[in-house]
Amino acid sequence: MKRRSQTLVFENRPKLIAGMSVVGKKEGDGPLGKYFDRIEDDPKMGKNTFEKGETAMLTEAVEGAAAKAGLKISDIGALFAGDLLNQLVSSSYAARDLPVPYFGLYSACSTMTEAVALAAACVNAGYYETAACATGSHFATAERQYRFPLEYGCQRPPYAQWTVTAAGCGIISADGDGPAVTHAAIGRVVDYGITDANNMGAAMAVAAMDTAIAVFVDTETSPEDYDAIFTGDLGRVGSEIMRDLCREKGAELGQRYSDCGEMMFSAKQKCYSGGSGAGCSASVLNSFILGKMNAREYDRVLLLATGALMSPTTSFQGESIPSVCHGIILENDL
Amino acid sequence: MTDNAERNARYGKYVEWISPKTDYTHSLVKAFVAGGLTCVTGEIARNLLGMIPGVTDEQAAVFASVLLVVAAIFMTGLGVYDAIARHGGAGSFLPITGFANAMSSAAMEFRAEGLITGTAVKMFSVVGPVVVNGVVWSAAAGVLRYIVALIWGTI
Amino acid sequence: MILPDTWWGWLLDYVIVFASGGLLCALAQILIIRTRLTPARILVLFLIAGIIMQTLGIYEPLSAVLRSGIAVPITGFGASLAKGAIETALSDGPLGAFAGGLIQTAYGVGIAVAASYVVSVVFKPKSK
Repeated sequence: MKRRSQTLVFENRPKLIAGMSVVGKKEGDGPLGKYFDRIEDDPKMGKNTFEKGETAMLTEAVEGAAAKAGLKISDIGALFAGDLLNQLVSSSYAARDLPVPYFGLYSACSTMTEAVALAAACVNAGYYETAACATGSHFATAERQYRFPLEYGCQRPPYAQWTVTAAGCGIISADGDGPAVTHAAIGRVVDYGITDANNMGAAMAVAAMDTAIAVFVDTETSPEDYDAIFTGDLGRVGSEIMRDLCREKGAELGQRYSDCGEMMFSAKQKCYSGGSGAGCSASVLNSFILGKMNAREYDRVLLLATGALMSPTTSFQGESIPSVCHGIILENDL
Repeated sequence: MTDNAERNARYGKYVEWISPKTDYTHSLVKAFVAGGLTCVTGEIARNLLGMIPGVTDEQAAVFASVLLVVAAIFMTGLGVYDAIARHGGAGSFLPITGFANAMSSAAMEFRAEGLITGTAVKMFSVVGPVVVNGVVWSAAAGVLRYIVALIWGTI
Repeated sequence: MILPDTWWGWLLDYVIVFASGGLLCALAQILIIRTRLTPARILVLFLIAGIIMQTLGIYEPLSAVLRSGIAVPITGFGASLAKGAIETALSDGPLGAFAGGLIQTAYGVGIAVAASYVVSVVFKPKSK
């Protein structure tokens, strides 16, 4: 009997044909600012609540990505979307205005790669011609749900992370121009007993390592086989842990490895350990990574988006933080 | 699951080691200065109010803390209190001004859900523990002192 | 005021207020860094400390010297709660213990609630 593999292989090579990112001002001021498609100065997007603003960002990302792909919204087979809010309100309310069949997904900050994995699987199997994957997060709405009121004065430890205000959408299509989604590795839920909800990087790094090692074993590759390896939002602390954990397992990640959350903000933006949130890997994938792949600077990329699966309720009950990581491999046709 | 417990303990220790620490002296000095200055502001207000004829020192203390509370709530509304508190730390939340900030920030945050179902419901979401514990423990203190007085025979 | 009514007496008074208030806050900061207690727990801890000090009768002599240095931190709130509860219990009977704390602190809490209400109508929270 064959060893169980966590990695799905998409033999029909579904393509990521277009991507769109919409980010807030702070993210736009960061090192990746020039790569993002749209930078919105108003965190409410002209609406009256932050939640509506987040929904509007997601809608804009989906519509923008469809336009870039040369598609009408109604041509898209299905929308795979998720965000960080209870009952997935941002995604569902965005989908309310879009005439597209809708899958609501929750995998915390790893929702983007889960969406790409599912969309690519459906497109690979021929169920859909095209599918959209979108996720978003918003600093103000996440603070309210997971932490404290915005104007409440509190200090955070230096390893805390800053929720990214961003939305990203990618269009997966059976054919077209763009890098192919060749593999998707579905992660296991891992928990190493971290209870400090401020140290999500440490909680999630073990999931990232678990999935990364699974990818290397299943596909018989090593880190050297990739032009770049990204984790979703481990931050400075988490990505350092990730390097150590992989080294312990015999995989040296080296210079090709970076973390989307760490790249998002510069040190002087005072965002502690870096960015986090479902919009973090979504916006980096659909602008920075996709751009570099289309420019042929990278030909093979492994993206490991990580998600911490706790809620304020479980945190207050003293539960530790389970986390998950889904990986996708993107490859340019040679 | 014993090997998991051991693995988790080892990982916890490693995380503790690799995570950057808060700069101890720096944050202590900032908390000291922020807290001290808040108290001095209160003291100045108390002494000035105490100069008004007919106002006792005890009344002046009450009015001074009311002034501090109102000032902190106003600063919260303007969005400057949390910027100061990010430096002040305990120096900003331990004084009565921190109590006021916690209350008003929750009130503002949930205004979007309506004045009745948002602001009014959630106003005590952060300071609730202080009020509840204050009422319960002070009542216990009152009852205790009453019993002691009974035994002592002073009432 | 227990210090002489001279300029250095005044100054020393403020120095004592600054130092005692600052020390209390620094102590809370140490607790935060060392024990990872949340601010809410630390507030409750200091509040109860104030109540206990008042009950044991050591708060009054302390506050005569430290004045705002101990009255402005949440310990002062706890002490007034306890003071009201104890005084009312002794004058009106044990049921008074449940009313006295709230009566004593009604100014501060009442104004905080009303001001928070007004501020929530006037201002909107900002994304940082």
